[in-house]
Amino acid sequence: MGRAGLHSGSALGLTSADPRRVLTAPPPFPVACVDAACVESVERHPMNALPADGPTIDAAFLRRWLDAATTAVDREAAQLSELDSPIGDADHGTNMRRGFLAARSAIEQEPPDTPGGVLVAVGRQLISTVGGASGPLYGTLLRRAGKALGDEPAVSAAQLRDALRVGVDAVAQLGGAAPGDKTMLDALLPALDALTGALDAGGSTAEALDAAAAAADEGARATIPLRARKGRASYLGERSVGHQDPGATSSALLLAALADTAKEAAV
Amino acid sequence: MTQSPAPGGAPLVGIVLVSHSARVAESVADLATGLSGGATKVPVVPAGGAPDGGLGTSSDLIAEAARSADQGAGVAVLADLGSAVLTVKALLADEELPPGARLVDAPFLEGAVAAVVTASTGADLDTVRSAAAEAYTFRKI
Repeated sequence: MGRAGLHSGSALGLTSADPRRVLTAPPPFPVACVDAACVESVERHPMNALPADGPTIDAAFLRRWLDAATTAVDREAAQLSELDSPIGDADHGTNMRRGFLAARSAIEQEPPDTPGGVLVAVGRQLISTVGGASGPLYGTLLRRAGKALGDEPAVSAAQLRDALRVGVDAVAQLGGAAPGDKTMLDALLPALDALTGALDAGGSTAEALDAAAAAADEGARATIPLRARKGRASYLGERSVGHQDPGATSSALLLAALADTAKEAAV
Repeated sequence: MTQSPAPGGAPLVGIVLVSHSARVAESVADLATGLSGGATKVPVVPAGGAPDGGLGTSSDLIAEAARSADQGAGVAVLADLGSAVLTVKALLADEELPPGARLVDAPFLEGAVAAVVTASTGADLDTVRSAAAEAYTFRKI
């Protein structure tokens, strides 16, 4: 991953960005609008999407994320299980790989047509196939986020951020963990804050998600000196100190895949 | 899948036992049923192990077990640790278990025995839950 250090760079210096620079195609409607409704309909058309406040994230975008996330989880599975061996039961990588491969194949067979539908379907697959605690935790995160997005055909980065916040809150409630307990929340919560900061600063979807991924990676690394207070690792007490949390690490991986997806789509 | 109560009998509370290990879930079900007289009509359904049969939790097994244990009087679900507890909670939050299913906060083995014995008397779900939870207070020394 090696994203540490990107955070401050991508959250700053956004003010010079022209928010409309990614207008990639001519408006598909006649532009001689005479009323506000016409202007709005032109602006709302996906081809005229604005960077961060426009609906740039559709079902195809999240399917590309799922593909990137599955590839990343597959590639890093051994590493995730290795992180899980001193403080867990050495199955995090195996479990996540099984879950994401199942989710990708289910979504390929029956692709949902809304971004919310993709997240709900991935969440359902993770709950039923992962087999470890990360199944219900990531499953709950994605299902709640997907439900929060509703039936919108495309959403903005700010809408995705709000939905992820709902999902992360549900994870915190399900697992009963707090920040600093050495869990996935230690990557997810800083990521949401960075996402908000970058969007507030006028960043594009790609810039904001890059900032989120960098913050998640930083948060995952910051779990190393922490003592685990949740899950099997908590039985180890002080002996859990000195190891990076596998759940925080996989969270950072999933967010890095999201940032890469946005970068490739130039949104 | 739902087991009907014996002809003329009132529906009994069902018990689902969720463990990381299929053998633990089955053995605790056998033990609890045996200790409650063996001939009990209480539906006690084990749901142990991961989807691949190894150690872990399978949401499909849990949902299937809860449906099969549901006679209409509610289902008390007991879970051992970590992902077993989290998966039951996630399924309940998404309403994927029968409406009368509840996660019972109880020690797995002792709670299972208390729940099955209590359910066999025809007690309602709340009484079964309290009996199982009370098992936390039985000290051994």
